[in-house]
Amino acid sequence: MYHKSKILTGLAVFIIFMTYPFWNNIGSAAYVRPELEKVKKAKECVESVEFMRAEHMSMLNEWRDEVVRDASHEYHSTVNNSVYQKSLTKTCMDCHENKDKFCDKCHDSVAVDPYCWDCHVDPKGVQK
Amino acid sequence: MKTVRRDFLKVAAVTAFGWGICPTVKALASGGARPSEGLFFASRHAVHVGPNALKAQRWAMVIDTTKLNEKVVQDIVQVCHTTHNVPDISGQQNIKWIWEAPMENLFLDDLHEFQPESGAKTALALCNHCDNPPCVRVCPTKATFQREDGIVIMDFHRCIGCRYCMAGCPYGSRSFNFQDPRPFIAKTTPDFPTRTKGVVEKCEFCAERLAEGKMPACVEVSEGALAFGDLADPESEVRKLLAERFSIRRSPTLGTNPCVYYLV
Ligand code: HEC
Ligand code: HEC
Ligand code: HEC
Repeated sequence: MYHKSKILTGLAVFIIFMTYPFWNNIGSAAYVRPELEKVKKAKECVESVEFMRAEHMSMLNEWRDEVVRDASHEYHSTVNNSVYQKSLTKTCMDCHENKDKFCDKCHDSVAVDPYCWDCHVDPKGVQK
Repeated sequence: MKTVRRDFLKVAAVTAFGWGICPTVKALASGGARPSEGLFFASRHAVHVGPNALKAQRWAMVIDTTKLNEKVVQDIVQVCHTTHNVPDISGQQNIKWIWEAPMENLFLDDLHEFQPESGAKTALALCNHCDNPPCVRVCPTKATFQREDGIVIMDFHRCIGCRYCMAGCPYGSRSFNFQDPRPFIAKTTPDFPTRTKGVVEKCEFCAERLAEGKMPACVEVSEGALAFGDLADPESEVRKLLAERFSIRRSPTLGTNPCVYYLV
């Protein structure tokens, strides 16, 4: 084999480089679910907790389109037969009062940063 | 039957022609519930309002210019701009939903220099919620659209800030956010979102208040200078005012069919 040493070093460097993320993570703690602030006002969310965890982003997108484009403002929950107003600030943030300790805490841990707050107002943030 | 090449080519040509014009026909007629909507007319969105909401077939506003005075005008502008978090920016980059303007700037066709001395010198201007809105037709993302009850409304989520609507609007009713508006909002109202840099905004006839069964904020504080109601209902306040008094609209000859009327 020609240039044996060069090829082998090159290969070694390549393999180490490609597997770097695995090396780097050895020893660091596994993902822990962040401790979220409890809601004092109510026992239940607008839908089941499992559903909210998995689907709240698409639910908010649907609410947005329904409110703005169809002027449909009422959401009928499938778990507790209550009617909620489809609103980010007026509904979600009414129960989940502290955005930093609820939405942001979970979002930070999974590295998502919704741009909604560029326009939508966090009522607590205003008073600060 | 034997197909000669000549016949085959004729059929092929007709088919190709049909295909060719097909998209045009669709474009002229598509995009709306009624066949008349499409390229030439803006499509309209159905409104599914809740039980408390105020409803109308065609919302319209009547502004009594004789009842407007300095205080009323100030209150109206103030209440509109605080409820909707409209930033207070001076100069060319200002943002306005409703504002005071001299009569001769508002009515380019109808007024002349020999008007009575006592007549109003200024009036309020806002989005005219046209029946044939040019802004809706030019919007490439359908961010601005017309509801079935006539309100020309914006979906701020979809606005890409191209400003075609501003070029399309003959009334200057739209403002563009050249910069982040938040630092210019003295007191933020949490219930209504602000906007960001790079979106256009304008009056929405308080669609969010109508949904809750409330009259537009400006009408509430106008001390009777502004009337708001259903143009399709002969018993409504707006229709009665229009029947009793002489009224004009801004540049009706443009064919936009504005739905804000001024009593002079
Ligand atoms: C009526 C009060 C109320 C409203 C309104 C509300 N929530 Fe909740 N939400 C709760 C409660 C209570 C829980 C915790 C339920 C549990 O742990 O059993 C919860 C849980 C959640 C969770 C799961 C948290 C976890 O533990 O993983 C998410 C996500 C969530 N809510 C998002 C939202 C969003 C988004 C909205 C607006 C559409 C909203 N909530 C509106 C009361 C509310
Ligand atoms: C249990 C953890 C958790 C909580 C609590 C939570 N979120 Fe989320 N959220 C997520 C995850 C995970 C995603 C990303 C989903 C994806 O990218 O597919 C997300 C995405 C979103 C998105 C879409 C972002 C985008 O860029 O499309 C919005 C909007 C959102 N969340 C709003 C909220 C609001 C408002 C609250 C507080 C009321 C909240 N979330 C609370 C986990 C959470
Ligand atoms: C450019 C500014 C802007 C951004 C960014 C934005 N919104 Fe909105 N949104 C608005 C405005 C303005 C309204 C109010 C329209 C009305 O009430 O007529 C609204 C209304 C809504 C509504 C219904 C009414 C309410 O009170 O909440 C929902 C739900 C909503 N937005 C969700 C979202 C979500 C989710 C995101 C992020 C993925 C988002 N919006 C990002 C400006 C924005």
